[in-house]
Amino acid sequence: MNMKLDRRSFLRVTSIAGGGFILSSVVPVALAEESVAEASVTAAELNAFIKVSSDGKITIYSANAEMGQGIKTTLPMIIAEELGARWEDVEVLQSPVNKERFGLQMAGGSTTVPRTWDQMRQMGASAREMFISAGSLVMELPREELKTQNSTVTHESGRSMTFGQLASLAAKQEVPDVETLEFKSREDYTIIGTSISGVDNLVIVTGAALFGIDTRVPDMLYAAYHKCPAIGGTVVSANIKEIKALPGIVDAFVVEGNDDPTELLDGIAIVGTNTFAVFDAKSKLKVKWDESGASKDSWTALVEQAKAKQGRRGDDEIVDKGDVNTAFANPDNTTIEAFYEYPFVAHLCMEPMNCTAHYKKGEGLFDDDTLEVWVPTQGPGLALSIADSMFGLDKDQVTVHQMRLGGSFGRRVYKEYIAEVIEISKRMEAPVKLTWTREDDIRHDFFRSGGFQSVKGAVDKQGKLVAFENHFFGMQHDGKPVSGSRFGANEFPILNIENAYASKTMFEIDIPCGPWRAPGSNTTAFVVQGFLDELAHAGGRDYLEFLLELMGEPRWFDEGNVRSLNTGRAAGVIRRAAKEAGWGRQMPAGRGLGLAFYLSHAGHIAEVAEVSVDANKKLTVHQVTVAVDVGPIINRSGAISQVQGSVIDGLSTMMAQKITFENGRVQQSNFHDYPVLRMPDAPRVDVHFIESDYSPTGLGEPALPPLAPAVANAIFAASGHRVRKMPLIEEGYTM
Amino acid sequence: MPSYQMTVNGVDQEIEAEPNMPLLWALRDLLGLVGTKFGCGIAQCGACTVHVDDIPMPACSVTVAAVAGRSVRTIEGLADGAQLHPLQKEWIAQDVAQCGYCQSGQLMSAAALLKRNPNPTDDDIDAAMAGSYCRCGTYIRIRSAIHSAASQMTANYVNAAEKKV
Ligand code: FES
Ligand code: FES
Repeated sequence: MNMKLDRRSFLRVTSIAGGGFILSSVVPVALAEESVAEASVTAAELNAFIKVSSDGKITIYSANAEMGQGIKTTLPMIIAEELGARWEDVEVLQSPVNKERFGLQMAGGSTTVPRTWDQMRQMGASAREMFISAGSLVMELPREELKTQNSTVTHESGRSMTFGQLASLAAKQEVPDVETLEFKSREDYTIIGTSISGVDNLVIVTGAALFGIDTRVPDMLYAAYHKCPAIGGTVVSANIKEIKALPGIVDAFVVEGNDDPTELLDGIAIVGTNTFAVFDAKSKLKVKWDESGASKDSWTALVEQAKAKQGRRGDDEIVDKGDVNTAFANPDNTTIEAFYEYPFVAHLCMEPMNCTAHYKKGEGLFDDDTLEVWVPTQGPGLALSIADSMFGLDKDQVTVHQMRLGGSFGRRVYKEYIAEVIEISKRMEAPVKLTWTREDDIRHDFFRSGGFQSVKGAVDKQGKLVAFENHFFGMQHDGKPVSGSRFGANEFPILNIENAYASKTMFEIDIPCGPWRAPGSNTTAFVVQGFLDELAHAGGRDYLEFLLELMGEPRWFDEGNVRSLNTGRAAGVIRRAAKEAGWGRQMPAGRGLGLAFYLSHAGHIAEVAEVSVDANKKLTVHQVTVAVDVGPIINRSGAISQVQGSVIDGLSTMMAQKITFENGRVQQSNFHDYPVLRMPDAPRVDVHFIESDYSPTGLGEPALPPLAPAVANAIFAASGHRVRKMPLIEEGYTM
Repeated sequence: MPSYQMTVNGVDQEIEAEPNMPLLWALRDLLGLVGTKFGCGIAQCGACTVHVDDIPMPACSVTVAAVAGRSVRTIEGLADGAQLHPLQKEWIAQDVAQCGYCQSGQLMSAAALLKRNPNPTDDDIDAAMAGSYCRCGTYIRIRSAIHSAASQMTANYVNAAEKKV
């Protein structure tokens, strides 16, 4: 059967909601799992990322972790564009883990696109030049007169040869010097900027194995790992004998950890013939923990400590600019204060933490041990580093298979679940798949840290912001701020005004914290954009106008640093979101619009939420209008997805999610007490891109932070009630 | 160990398992059908949705003993051989998935809905799909893909009916 023809015959173009078309190749199911191993077909490698076979099929490797952010489709699109490939000819494969060949394979912090934009264009462009050289040789035409398009090298006379015909010769051409490469200009793009359906979609909708948790290897055993509910507790004793006697259980043992939650904590490993057996046995475990050295963290204590200090300045100064006190004391000004609170939250990846490992002892005296790992991780290098640091294995002894991630949001930059299963596999001398229960996944997360901000501001008689002060209450561990627990001296609007003061008080905690979609920004946006809306109202101003006035003239705050605020880009998205949402229109009683802007991860984004609130505080978020400037859009469908997802994630989190802990123990355990937004409550999301000429930056995170303040500001517009605390259920709201 | 007979995606299976083993783990670990996903284990998230005698059920909360003698359909059996279900085609065409992990459950819930209600309204869709969480927030596209698949299926059905006449 001719695979290529089938692929093409199933190619389809579909129009999508919100405008535009999506291109997708639908491979018949029966063929999906077969590979095209026809003996007559030869494949030539142009570079690490590109292989072209004589039948014209183009294989592009995607080197970074796919967790739903779309990178496995986006990066190959960039390569294909510069190469001059036709997308229907492209097949994308996950690359092997090999830093020398593929560069840094970490994905996270919305950095993959900006970091690899040039690299991907170089890969495509250099292969394109090699095809042109080959075409020039065979067709005996000057290379200046040749170009590539639709997977062919073409001449203006109409003569052309396909990539498939030229592949083996092209691979033998000299690799051009990177400095000499020219990239296509935006007007000539045929792939970048279009909508391409995710390359794994067929596998996803047919349920074939894909995710880490789907791994099955011959003779594999299944494991669960039980840790102390309070971080740092150690095992005194456990009913191991009873557990071992349970059906389907092969072994159970105590693992002594190294007291580092990012590596290996003490626990009980239970190994069996299937996941149910080990989960069931885990529920029957009776463990006596020594919690003398364990976390005693208490959320209620943190709230009390912060509240006791609200309205005062913090222990350490962050910035002192101009003279806020004179502005606050000026009787002509209106000065207001507020105290904002946001909770710890969990990542709650839909696919719980899991990993499969096969530790093999070397057979002879001189035979090294080897390790094979199948892991859903944001960075496959993490598996190599833990194998080295904890198990003394050199990278040559380790094979890592990067699996697709069922969500991550920053969670899978940690490697403790990898360490746990390597330890268990080594003990069992067998391949083992470790699966965490949802309860493990929630209780042993690296949380988005909660916190508080005590803010003060003044507007003058014209309603112009003249002073801003913030006391930031953050979390630290061993004296170091945990991920995202920071408030910078360049935080908006400090640079935009004359008088600003910020200070901080840090609380020492043991509960592990980590990056969570737009760290820091996802909480500070809520505070600052909410409070600025309060100040606008205090000054009798419209928030749109107030915000644009703050932005002032278009300029970079840190010239040359694309991650800094560009007031022109900011004003552009603010105006656009306001216009598209119909800002200023008359609203019926109980309904209001709320606006917020935030810059994170180089993405300038403004959102307007349209919200109704009834007498019982039942909330309906009708629509969220989003204007985005992250430079040129690569995959339009993927970009819209990221924005829709960020809005829904932001709303889900602000509505009902909160992790609390007392005596070091996390009190939530599963979806019943840590709910996710469900379909009936999902708002419409209207997305607008301002495709500025700055180089493209990531969109996995920056659309999330403005959502919470936009909704909070809309609630105020609808009901007159100011929300200063998340989640909203604690303020009496329901959906 | 007791053994249970059931049909899975049209194939007769005999499963040796403890009677209280959830169908989810029998499918994933014993039959190797890993398309059905584990999300919560307590019937809250819908990631494990399968059809038992055409009724959508959370496989994490139905035991193998309870489905003995019945017919189970999983995501692996949603397509008709090489012919994708209209929902699967729309899921690809509209690029519904983000991480993709919840999508087999979403598709199985949607397929059950269209079977009993070939022309659902937004509210019907919301009600039928409310049990399926999507952490990535793909709800908007799910709703749209269900509508498109529904109209295609209705059109096909009408065409087929006309041909018969
Ligand atoms: S795993 Fe069954 S409903 Fe969540
Ligand atoms: S697509 Fe990721 S959970 Fe739904």
